[in-house]
Amino acid sequence: MTLLGRLSWDSIPLHEPIVMVTAGVLFVVLLGTGATILFKGWLPYLWREWITSVDHKRIGVMYCLLALVMLIRGFADALMMRSHQAMAVGAGEGFLPPDHYDQIFSAHGTIMIFFVAMPFMIGLMNFAVPLQLGVRDVAFPTLNSVSFWLTATGVLLINTSLVVGEFARTGWLVYPPLSERAFSPGVGVDYYLWALQISGAGTLLGGINLVTTILKMRAPGMRYTRMPIFCWTALASNLLIVAAFPILTATLIMLTLDRYLGFHFFTNEAGGNQMLFVNLIWAWGHPEVYILVLPAFGIFSEIIATFSGKPLFGYRSMVLATLAICVLSFMVWLHHFFTMGAGADVNGVFGVMTMIIAVPTGVKVFNWLFTMYGGRLRFEVPMLWAVAFIPTFVVGGMTGVLLAVPPADFVLHNSVFLVAHFHNVIIGGVLFAAFAGYSYWFPKAFGFRLHDGWGKAAVVLWVSGFYLAFMPLYALGLMGMTRRLQHYDNPAWQPWLVAAWLGALLILGGIVSLAMQLYVSVRERRSLADGTGDPWDGRTLEWATRSPPPPWNFARLPQVEGRDALALMKRGEADETPEPLEPIEMPRNSAYGFVGAFFTYLTGFALVWHIWWLVVLGMLAGFATTLWIAWHQPGEQEIGVDELSALEPAA
Amino acid sequence: MSEQRGDRRLDHAPGGHKEGAARLSTYLAGLGLALLLTVASFALVGSGAVWAPAIPILLAVLAVAQMGVHLVFFLHITSGPENTNNTLALAFGVMIVVLTVGGTLWIMAHLDHNMMPVATMATP
Repeated sequence: MTLLGRLSWDSIPLHEPIVMVTAGVLFVVLLGTGATILFKGWLPYLWREWITSVDHKRIGVMYCLLALVMLIRGFADALMMRSHQAMAVGAGEGFLPPDHYDQIFSAHGTIMIFFVAMPFMIGLMNFAVPLQLGVRDVAFPTLNSVSFWLTATGVLLINTSLVVGEFARTGWLVYPPLSERAFSPGVGVDYYLWALQISGAGTLLGGINLVTTILKMRAPGMRYTRMPIFCWTALASNLLIVAAFPILTATLIMLTLDRYLGFHFFTNEAGGNQMLFVNLIWAWGHPEVYILVLPAFGIFSEIIATFSGKPLFGYRSMVLATLAICVLSFMVWLHHFFTMGAGADVNGVFGVMTMIIAVPTGVKVFNWLFTMYGGRLRFEVPMLWAVAFIPTFVVGGMTGVLLAVPPADFVLHNSVFLVAHFHNVIIGGVLFAAFAGYSYWFPKAFGFRLHDGWGKAAVVLWVSGFYLAFMPLYALGLMGMTRRLQHYDNPAWQPWLVAAWLGALLILGGIVSLAMQLYVSVRERRSLADGTGDPWDGRTLEWATRSPPPPWNFARLPQVEGRDALALMKRGEADETPEPLEPIEMPRNSAYGFVGAFFTYLTGFALVWHIWWLVVLGMLAGFATTLWIAWHQPGEQEIGVDELSALEPAA
Repeated sequence: MSEQRGDRRLDHAPGGHKEGAARLSTYLAGLGLALLLTVASFALVGSGAVWAPAIPILLAVLAVAQMGVHLVFFLHITSGPENTNNTLALAFGVMIVVLTVGGTLWIMAHLDHNMMPVATMATP
């Protein structure tokens, strides 16, 4: 045993120019950002207002920022794969060696699901749900900060693998036996395991936090049947997190025991059964799909109602459909492995269950259409995302129902048809919702709107790029092309793959537009400023406070008289008599999340590289931090009425 | 159900005991029952007083009883109206566990369905 475990200079991939150039650029960017922050003296501000903040809005914004940054990393991987596949036919070798290509498709999937889609959805829920419920924060504000920083730790660990060591070459779900020590002796799978365990713990804590918030902390009069639909979908999504993430944790622990201590849960020999891993990982994996897409449905429901100027059509059926999906999502997981060997009885049952889950989803689609029907539509950027979402998601859903037919699945399993299907629902559903929610709630978070022209350019480029990139994959799948090919010999596939590559370039244009939009909007923030706090003529309570909201969200807790509480207030049907201000108790900032995550990172890194002394040290330090916080946490501070009325212009 | 919102102090952590913590005697009773059930499990296996094939079933029964004791005496699950959320959450959890474990057993038992019977493979 050496002092640095398995870590040595050989672990730095100096022989791979792509990795080294990327790492160099990243290093320069990070160094530049760090130096700017230090020299401009922004560090105290960042520390006080963001890093140690326990404000749900700040944490939500940081989640979304994290997701946007990781979207660039995940998309860079995607663009490399598309470019490579456009050339790697016959005598052409492309530019990525198999070893590197395998890491790229594994990293792409892992990053896009765990570190883009998840933080984006969690960030939007964190930001909007307490505001919509009319409360001052989530149930456990400090825990919220812990959740975020644990997710950030997972992100950091994944990105460390780019420069120090390697990433998994096993696909994004690390199926054994390939991911066992015998076939993946390197650190790639270990990076995957610890990054996911750490960020998964953060996700679980966040799920508990939001479930508690929604069940226990609503504004006076906010009955369940008066909650905005986004709160309902957030409740269902977080219930799924609480129910499903422990399965992931347990499954990954078993694989970890196999790799670290020579257990035989999933190995080839000594009675291991790798098919149990496939079964368990999808028992988490399918609910995970709905963890992502339910909040997306909620976002679109809010946006479509707002920009149609009407209450949502079929509120009760929407709630029922959401809860039905929440339960049904636990009954369909076998459709991910119809071909693993089960007979017609089992495959038939799970195939039918899969088709049944399309029914509540269809109910939602019709609800959105009927909400728009007869409405006074305003095609602002969030609404454009929603309008693009409906047909795109329907196409993705229909190909999903097709894949739910076991005999069809035997033909299409592991083909790029499947790749096209899940990108169709995840990009068309989750990612479009993320961008829609981002442009919808941005004015609330920062007090100015996002630039319109660049936003529309992003919509057009993303939507057309998506269709051009993924429709060819449906055709290729039917032509027999399997996924994850580093090289292929059939020249008939190449034109389709070149088309898909062009689609990826359009999406690149979409991402550049989003970046430009942010830059231009910040530059022109004065002309884009929104003084009303309600730029879209909103219907729910987040628009009842000013933008950006004060740390306590509402000086007086709103009195909720019915569904679409703000729309009722605007019509004057709500009680208008203002009550006197009362002192507010606010949670104090806490460095616990950040410091604890720092020690967690050290522990995770040390576990990957078998640096045992650092594992012990990191765990002890983390434990000591927890104890110290438990005794010293200052708790809450009271904001008195005088201070409050000075800070609240309208009160 | 959220009508008792007279107090505007929504900042307190939910789940905090407002009406005073459960009394020590409850916890002691729970501890006693839990110990009794644990000792019973070991005694059952150790004594040989029970017909051997019945032991796994009896152990399962005792384990479920043990869970019940923990839920009632330590986690304070009751059937009262103020406990609706906890009871519903428990029911949801039980349902997920039954679906996952039951489904897994069914699937894993079925995986050799498309294989040739071993006897057929062995014959030349």
